[in-house]
Amino acid sequence: MADQQLMLSSSPHLVSKESVSRIMRSVLVALMPATVMGVYLFGFRALLIILICSGSAVAVEAVCQKVLGRAITVTDWSALVTGLLLALNLPPGSPWWMALLGSGLAIVVGKHIYGGLGSNPFNPALVARVVLLISFPVQMTTWWQPKASFFGMTDVVTTATPLGELKTHLMLNGTLDGFTMGGLIDPLIGNIGGCIGEVSVIALALGGIYLLIRKVISWHIPVAFFGTLFLATGLFWLLNPARFINPCFHLFTGGLFLGAIYMATDMVTTPMRRSGMLIFGVGCGLITFVIRVFGGYPEGVSCSIRLMNSATPLIARFTSP
Amino acid sequence: MSKVWRFQGGVHPYDKKDLSRDKPIEVAGLPPRLIVPLVQHIGARCEPLVSSGELVKKGQKIGEAQGFVSAPVHAPTSGKVTKIDNFPHPLGRFLPAIEIEPDGSDEWTEDIQGREDFLSLSPDDLRAVIREKGIVGMGGAAFPTHVKLSPPQGKTIDTLIINGSECEPYLTADFRLMVEQSDKVIQGMRIMMTILGVETLFIAIEANKPEAIHAMREALGNEPFAKVVPLKVKYPQGAEKQLIKTLVNREVPSSGGLPMDVGVLVQNVGTTASIFDAVRFGIPLVERVVTVTGEGIREPKNLRVRIGTPIGYLIETCGGFLETPGKVILGGPMMGVSQYTTDIPVVKGTSGILVFPATHVHVEDPQSCIRCGTCVRVCPKNLVPSALALFAKRGLLDEAERHYALDCIECGSCAFACPAKIPLVHWLRYLKGEVLAKRARQRERETNKK
Repeated sequence: MADQQLMLSSSPHLVSKESVSRIMRSVLVALMPATVMGVYLFGFRALLIILICSGSAVAVEAVCQKVLGRAITVTDWSALVTGLLLALNLPPGSPWWMALLGSGLAIVVGKHIYGGLGSNPFNPALVARVVLLISFPVQMTTWWQPKASFFGMTDVVTTATPLGELKTHLMLNGTLDGFTMGGLIDPLIGNIGGCIGEVSVIALALGGIYLLIRKVISWHIPVAFFGTLFLATGLFWLLNPARFINPCFHLFTGGLFLGAIYMATDMVTTPMRRSGMLIFGVGCGLITFVIRVFGGYPEGVSCSIRLMNSATPLIARFTSP
Repeated sequence: MSKVWRFQGGVHPYDKKDLSRDKPIEVAGLPPRLIVPLVQHIGARCEPLVSSGELVKKGQKIGEAQGFVSAPVHAPTSGKVTKIDNFPHPLGRFLPAIEIEPDGSDEWTEDIQGREDFLSLSPDDLRAVIREKGIVGMGGAAFPTHVKLSPPQGKTIDTLIINGSECEPYLTADFRLMVEQSDKVIQGMRIMMTILGVETLFIAIEANKPEAIHAMREALGNEPFAKVVPLKVKYPQGAEKQLIKTLVNREVPSSGGLPMDVGVLVQNVGTTASIFDAVRFGIPLVERVVTVTGEGIREPKNLRVRIGTPIGYLIETCGGFLETPGKVILGGPMMGVSQYTTDIPVVKGTSGILVFPATHVHVEDPQSCIRCGTCVRVCPKNLVPSALALFAKRGLLDEAERHYALDCIECGSCAFACPAKIPLVHWLRYLKGEVLAKRARQRERETNKK
């Protein structure tokens, strides 16, 4: 039989339909409810930040890879995901240049200096966030009251985040008496001050359910994170309800939903085994608890994720058979 | 209903068996030449007993087994030995084989003797027949069956599992065998029961083969001496260690453990039927059922094929290629070996010939590993394939050994599931080869020191 050019390769000769692009696109879809809510609540400026971060992330990645002589891989959508996540982690009033800088930092310092996709030890968006927070503390802690008019720049009212209010109140009074921002409905919808994508619990939860159904994330890290924070804050609330606010407040405020569902589940920077994921989630929950309740910052989610990212190799070591 | 357990990991590729599952076994014709390799089994290769120009009869022993872990080979038909030389072999190398030109009369040799009282033979006599007739594992591994049926002192077998899982997509050879020749399988089981003295027997069949489950239950009759257990469809359910875990919840020890270490023996249905043919009728292993299938074959079929038939002949029997062929695979799509020529013979372990059209072949540059952990979750051996692939790339052989690289069964689940399409099995095979070579070098250094 005349031999046509038959192809040779190692087995298996079948592959599944899953791909890196599919995973990234699923994350983008999951982030849409929070993104839309962010634009609805905070208006045109929020949309601008989102566009700047997303666009520049992709552009910076392409340039970076070209300069480093590597193949350009922006079509895997991972840069876009990083850009969007960063935007959702920024205050709506962020200056355009800060957003641009953050994006560049996330892609270059958060990802490509380590070797590109898959090689970074820390969540790139959170790397950028902490650099911006330390460098531009005022801009990074100026929050807006939602539902000013869409284009309105003049009718913006600055406010505090619920956790920020809480910390200030406790510092001034030493007790919860008189604390007014303790409601749970507003954080569910997003009618509070905060980062563009962190305020609406329902929108974030919807995306989270989508990711679970699509099997892009598993329940282990979010449940361990939420659960540990809930238990720790709940314990202290039970011991002294006048000083420690109830655990549901902790669950619905701050960057917890955004962090636990979308950032703490980033595959590259977290353990691969389910047992390791549980340890990771518990660690995040504990660190968040300590920072929020006893630390100087009102919010601890992004810090806890970064710290646990650094523990991932160790966790992997201890959870191998 | 038998209680079954789950094995760790595994994937769910598309079944694709509808291409050939309803095709009854057809007897393939005699090709113009047969190439019978002298190594079709795990173990020492055979020494030829004939020479070029000699006339042979069907079933005549033409290659003698060397040592205990070896099995003889027999002429699949009567004819003339035309050449004894190295020929392309399904494993990818050139290996010694005996080329036979059929004379068309298909005459059996005289020493084919049947006996009706086969169950009264002693276990040792039965083993001797099985060895003499060249029976090896037909599920693919081709381990000499008489060796498998001779557990060493201290290892008692209490459970026999007949493997009718056929968990690879596309393949339906074992399925058709069970549907059409269930009696042979049952009788083969009785023979093994006599040899081993076991009382607990299972027939494992994946749930996507209801007709086979039914046929085997029917053949067992009203007082079955074995339990037919339908299993959830999950690849690689048919891998023997996974099968043992599922049916009897025992873990075969890693790093060199064998089923007999946990008192179990697993045998493929095809092998079981061949055991019956050998013992009852004196027929050596000269033919087997092969599924010729794939989207690249015009008429997929299940064929009864003589060992040594070039696969090109069988592809023609099935209407030839439909579209430009991309891959021709011997075995199933998950663990089969892609071939560069169709001038390759069917050997004792060939269960399928799979043709993928060029348009169906997946060719994609791998991306970076995103540490998603999918490979870890699907690995039936609880390994971390992505880490092992990295060790392979970096040459970290000691690390690889410490991370149980040699335990990999090359099932392909990891590479199948990987979103980045990294050729993990390719790296693992390379890695295992390197680790074994390193060990061999170390052993040599040690012996040289003495």
